[in-house]
Amino acid sequence: MDTFTVENIRPGGMTRRQFIKSVIAAGAVSSSGLLFSGPAGAGPKTSPGAVERLITLAVNGQQRRVDVMPQETLAQTLRGKLGLTGLKIGCDRGECGACTVLVDDVPMYACSILTHSVRGKNILTIEGLARPDGGLHPLQQGVLDEQGFQCGYCAPGFLMATLGYLKTNPDPTRQELAHGVSGNICRCQDYDKILTALMRGAEYMRKG
Amino acid sequence: MPQNDTPFTPKLTGRNYTTPDLRAKLTGTARFADDFRAEGMLICKLLTSPLPHAKVKRLDISAALAMPGVRAILTADELPQPADSVSDSGAVIKASPWAERALTMEPHYHGEPILAVAATDEAAATAAIEAIDITFEPLPFVIDPMDSLRPGGPNARTDGNVWLPPGKPGEQPRIGELKWTTADFETAGRDRLPMGKTAAEWSYGDVATGLSQAVLVLDETFVTPNVSHQALETRSALAWWENGKLHLTVGTQGTIQTVPAIAKWLNMSVDDIVLISEYTGGAFGGKITASVAVIIPALLAKKAHAPVMLRVSREDEQSIGRARPSMIGRMQAGFSEEGRLLGLDMFVIMDNGPYEQQNDAATAGRMGSLLYQPKAMRWRGAAVLTNTPTRGPQTAPGGLQVSAMIGPILAKAARRLSLDPLAVCRINAPEGRAPVGPPKPDGSLNAATSAFVKQALDRGAETFGWQARRARPALTKGPIRRGIGVATGCFVAGTIGFDGLFVITPQGRLRLHTGIGNLGNESFSDVQRVVADAMDVPWEICEIAWGNTAKHVPWSCVSGGSQTIHAMSRAALAASLDARKKLKEIASKTLGGKPEDFEIGGQRVFRNDNGREGMSFAEAAGRAIELGGAYDGHECPADVNKITKTSVTALAGQGLVAVARDSFPRDGQTYSYVASFAEVEVDIETGMYRIVDFHAEADAGLVVHPRAFAGQLAGRSMLGIGHATMQKWFYDKQQGKPVSRRFYQTRPPTLLCFPEKFTWGSVGIPDPQTPVGARGIGEPPTAAACAAVLCALTDALGDDKFFRAPVMIDAIFAAVESGTWSNPGGLSANV
Repeated sequence: MDTFTVENIRPGGMTRRQFIKSVIAAGAVSSSGLLFSGPAGAGPKTSPGAVERLITLAVNGQQRRVDVMPQETLAQTLRGKLGLTGLKIGCDRGECGACTVLVDDVPMYACSILTHSVRGKNILTIEGLARPDGGLHPLQQGVLDEQGFQCGYCAPGFLMATLGYLKTNPDPTRQELAHGVSGNICRCQDYDKILTALMRGAEYMRKG
Repeated sequence: MPQNDTPFTPKLTGRNYTTPDLRAKLTGTARFADDFRAEGMLICKLLTSPLPHAKVKRLDISAALAMPGVRAILTADELPQPADSVSDSGAVIKASPWAERALTMEPHYHGEPILAVAATDEAAATAAIEAIDITFEPLPFVIDPMDSLRPGGPNARTDGNVWLPPGKPGEQPRIGELKWTTADFETAGRDRLPMGKTAAEWSYGDVATGLSQAVLVLDETFVTPNVSHQALETRSALAWWENGKLHLTVGTQGTIQTVPAIAKWLNMSVDDIVLISEYTGGAFGGKITASVAVIIPALLAKKAHAPVMLRVSREDEQSIGRARPSMIGRMQAGFSEEGRLLGLDMFVIMDNGPYEQQNDAATAGRMGSLLYQPKAMRWRGAAVLTNTPTRGPQTAPGGLQVSAMIGPILAKAARRLSLDPLAVCRINAPEGRAPVGPPKPDGSLNAATSAFVKQALDRGAETFGWQARRARPALTKGPIRRGIGVATGCFVAGTIGFDGLFVITPQGRLRLHTGIGNLGNESFSDVQRVVADAMDVPWEICEIAWGNTAKHVPWSCVSGGSQTIHAMSRAALAASLDARKKLKEIASKTLGGKPEDFEIGGQRVFRNDNGREGMSFAEAAGRAIELGGAYDGHECPADVNKITKTSVTALAGQGLVAVARDSFPRDGQTYSYVASFAEVEVDIETGMYRIVDFHAEADAGLVVHPRAFAGQLAGRSMLGIGHATMQKWFYDKQQGKPVSRRFYQTRPPTLLCFPEKFTWGSVGIPDPQTPVGARGIGEPPTAAACAAVLCALTDALGDDKFFRAPVMIDAIFAAVESGTWSNPGGLSANV
């Protein structure tokens, strides 16, 4: 054990450091490759009008009729046509999680799925979390009690991501929950208080 | 403002509570700028420059204008000339010819807006942008400040490459040219910052003597990164015109202070602007008074006769959303045997971007002077223009950079002198009325109102277990190396002279009006706890009117530079004193006797000698309306801001109107401080490292709202840690194009980047120069955290390993495989 060194971790083979260096180099090549991808629209053609536009969506327990373009994202539909502005557009490209909603109980980035793909599925947004009488969902109450979040722009996405994660793991450790919602960014970066608040909400949910 | 009544005793102040804005944030009902809707609203998109510096040679918008759904196109020649501004003292400040405009025909960076299209929907606007017929004449450009300083190097603007001081007293700074000689560069070598001519300098004491008397002189060059603010909410804005008035929803750090800024950009009267900013989705200095781009929808709305929403994409936000400027610094620091800093020669070059002069470089000198208390100091610096996005102040502007540069030097000095790094931090820490450079015209230094940094270091070290950790044997076997670091940060933490305003209604409630921006630090609400305490009322009868200038808000500071808790708690107390005075006068007029015969408590004003005889607040408010004059706002103090006067006029007759300007005395400049402690574990096999423990100990006066305070310590520390560990700009220097345009290319820290253990504390000693005792806390954690992590990394891997932040995997490999894996970048601001 006393002779343990970095270099002999993989005797006769590639060290982890060498492997990471090779990944960095390969990354540079594949990034360059992106520069030579084909022009926009060069992929398979779809026929205009092939998709029915007036559709019904199940949102927050209600059936909502809405006129949807073929290329429309769920975030555009919910915010722009159904007035559900609780979800936010932080990046519009699946990088920040501010637009997270539940689709059949699974957290999804609403900016990155087409509305037509969620027909017949149950969509839950932040507006659907509180009770009809205005009482807060236990998760919301936990966050309120701990004064979680600062500016709050990321809060709806975090709450929905947490709710989805808790459906798979209702009693997580702090670390497990951190991993579970790590696809969401808070730029105020008050992650300590956010986790404390979400853990409080999870506790309230378990207590019913 | 009455000064003889000092009723403030913290009761609610200092305790946790639920802020009035939180529920809406958690239910999706909080309305940020992009959440507003208006009948017939058009969507606006920007055409931005594909080149780093160019002139538009030809522009034909006719095809785009003819497209379906396109309603209006705005070009740069339609922008009004910015107005001169007038300071509170009446001085006219001429509009700068170098100021950033909302649109331009000479873009100075890739992504700068050239024109804007308003259409019925986003797709139509985007299609119209594609149909614009435009050609450019490329102009010389420069991405890196060091390239511009070289002999014959390109200038970012046709009229120069640096900001120079005013030519004559009373004039404003100007742009000129500064080039260094070949000899300057050759003398310095590759890894040391050349020390050619600078644009400005100051000094105090004898730096040469300080360095010559030192037992250890370190000469260190370090580069800090450009880092975009990356507020999660982009600067989208909705504008419409109604009865000749402009209505604008924006995200901003200062609801009321954004009004004169927009008035200046649009060259119109403040009286014709209604600004709505209920919630702001992150700012960090990037939305001090919103930004000039918000005039685009205002002008398009007028042109199209319809409401217009400027919808800013993430890429556009990366271009126009502001960034902290990179700084390249060279420090010569001389230490005594005990680790005392005898002389500091500080030389900094800043990547300014192409427009307004940023203050980071100058502020870095000021903060270095305060934070490390060198016995003698010289500061030299230059703000060098580059064809990169417009910079703006970002949490601890200049404060972060100086801590990142000098914090590790103190730690290195400690190792060279066989001292404890904590002891070196402590011996150089400011204390009490600590002096602050630069020197005044008479040569003397300013003084801080107070500093208790030594106490913060002591308390923090105890909580962190610094000595026990230091006593552990180093990890030398296996792939893990362990390091600990301690560092300090400081920044401005308070201003004075703003107005407080509230109404005691005939229902006996307190309606507290504020023009502070609501960006999540909760100071818009926290400062009002002072009113509740001073008026001896429960929080439940207080409601806050915020987020809309039509709600008649007073002149308030911007929520930036950590000034709000200090400035507006003073203003809140001033208004409270006015209310107490008026309540006592109303009681004496109604019940007989003199005002001083009355006391206030339990939502009543009553006789000192007979508590049963008195009036409720509700009765007193009704009586105020009957009495009129100053009591119900029909008269207004002469010394309050004219905007406050307008609001008071609008509120007149609604109850007892309490209004006053903060004129409490203050001797000195207000700063806050943080001492941070970090432990890292570095895997030298993978280059990955973890921050396993982190503690932040604040010296920020009285803590007004512990949870919000802790949130600032954690969040702002994390911003600094991002600078130390992962965030920077990448540029294609051949084309002058940014590679880092989205989150995934310069990713803000996530939950998984947060220290595995985080604790915080506060010495909690009230500042003696402000009646509430509170100072701001937003800025200094950023600086201390960045430096503490850098110190810990050096402690783990050794001195002379890291020459720039962030320390990423390549730098770790360079550190452990010296000579085989080069540290890229050199002195470049962007790599």
